[in-house]
Amino acid sequence: MNNCPKKASTRDTYGKTLVELGKKNKNIVVLDADLSASTRTCHFCKEFPDRFFNMGIAEQDMISTAAGLATTGKTVFTSTFAVFCTGRAWDQVKVSVAYPKLNVKIVSTHGGITTGEDGVTHQALEDICLMKVLPNMTVIVPADAIETRLAIIAAANASGPFYVRLSRQDTPILYENDNYGFKIGKGIVMRDGKDVTIIACGIMVAGALDAAFDLEKKGISCRVVNIHTIKPIDKELIIQCAKETGRIITAEEHQISGGLGSSVAEILAENCPTKMIRIGINDTFAESGKPDELLEKYGLTSSDIACAVKQILNK
Amino acid sequence: MNTEKIKEFEKKAKVIRKHIVEMIGCAASGHPGGSLSAADIITILYFYKMKYDPKNPAMPDRDRFVLSKGHAAPGLYAALAEAGFFPKSYLKTLRQIGSSLQGHPDMLSLPGIEMSTGSLGQGLSAANGMALAARLDGLKYKVYCLIGDGESQSGQIWEAAMTASHFKIDNLIAILDHNKLQIDGSLNEIKALHPVVDKWKSFGWNVIEIDGHNISSIIKAFDQADHTNGKPTIIIADTVKGKGVSFMEGNIAFHGKAPNKDELSKALSEIGHCNE
Repeated sequence: MNNCPKKASTRDTYGKTLVELGKKNKNIVVLDADLSASTRTCHFCKEFPDRFFNMGIAEQDMISTAAGLATTGKTVFTSTFAVFCTGRAWDQVKVSVAYPKLNVKIVSTHGGITTGEDGVTHQALEDICLMKVLPNMTVIVPADAIETRLAIIAAANASGPFYVRLSRQDTPILYENDNYGFKIGKGIVMRDGKDVTIIACGIMVAGALDAAFDLEKKGISCRVVNIHTIKPIDKELIIQCAKETGRIITAEEHQISGGLGSSVAEILAENCPTKMIRIGINDTFAESGKPDELLEKYGLTSSDIACAVKQILNK
Repeated sequence: MNTEKIKEFEKKAKVIRKHIVEMIGCAASGHPGGSLSAADIITILYFYKMKYDPKNPAMPDRDRFVLSKGHAAPGLYAALAEAGFFPKSYLKTLRQIGSSLQGHPDMLSLPGIEMSTGSLGQGLSAANGMALAARLDGLKYKVYCLIGDGESQSGQIWEAAMTASHFKIDNLIAILDHNKLQIDGSLNEIKALHPVVDKWKSFGWNVIEIDGHNISSIIKAFDQADHTNGKPTIIIADTVKGKGVSFMEGNIAFHGKAPNKDELSKALSEIGHCNE
């Protein structure tokens, strides 16, 4: 990480932001499923014990209970690992939350393979797909701690169901401050370039910036776009990038099918067919290992992104 | 409760049953068996027990009813129409395209529906959430949740059962419509629920057992539940699937099958005159 050395925890930022919101808004209620120390909702529990409910290892019950609370006007945050609140409780999210458009904010931590040593059962690689397919659901994957805070505040202030995906690992800080104009559904051009656009989300934005930094030295100009909101996606920006740079790389810590790359491919196929390469997990389960080892083995490093850029430019 | 009042409720239950079979007959689709078994319970909830205002369906301190066994929607729709949430003539649109009377309840489409249900097992958790909100808001309302016995085979019911007793949710009253039949056969054949009373007691609930078609027993049970502190109550209502229509009673064929024209007129004549 040569151009962005400082790191911070997105999940810790989430926990602290909940406290910040809880102080101002008495309607905020938080539910967790026995992982409050990991998801950092424990910060909220400590500050507002009456508005915190630990539902135990019962994610389906947690989601539907959150829905019931939300029918009375509460803004309900529910947290656990990404695998459990999306896959395990998917029908509850669909029927109890998305269908009735209830004000439930599902904020997961431990998204992607960087969950690491716990292995396949704890690595969410299909959660974005599972959530974005649901009508009424907004899906956000923040790129760093600063964006996490803004996304959580935006989710609390908006009405309706949200899915926000965070990581286990500390994530490089990409923004100098929170004045960069975060808006749900609006992508951020992190750096301009003319040869190719790398569209990324979550931890892959830092990887994309590293790749762009390295490629610049080799005379390749990469635009890097952070699509923090997977749904509703910033269609205009994606089409504009395709038109202006002609080639698109997508990068995500998720199955290649059904995630960010899929959404970008769908938009471009219908509006502006463009040569593209999607980087992600290629239809396989991963395994236990250190986060960095896993990123390398499964092709999600900045050098994998740089290779894809060279490939698409035939260099 | 005097006998005259009881008779009035019995008559109301007949009206609800009449609507149920008519709606389902008209739609040529729906679930008569489990709607009819719950008709007396729903009648007492909407016309004796619950506090609500059809002119102000969002009144914050209203009592809430969650139909966790969402396929009994015709019974709920009939009660809402009789209570004045929408015109009774609208009942004929059940399950038709463009209607608010969805096959299973949709809380966004119709006033008076407290929760969207239909995928079994989820309603009791949602009812817990509503009941906890009353505690947070310092309101006195109660939440009533009707679950099915087949539905009780789903694990989430028992997750919710643990939640309610753990958080001492005593403004929640669940009612088990124990009609002992499910689509593929009897519960005892498919997956038995017994000993059902012991199960709920061991989960920390106050358990009241009643004949789910005896109006005065239903009334007494709901009133008794008001005096329970520190734990949730479940009323285990012994019911007959298809109750009120002889050829539907205890007949699994009518779990999810509409009566044809002849069956409908036979059913209506059996339910009898009920002075709407």
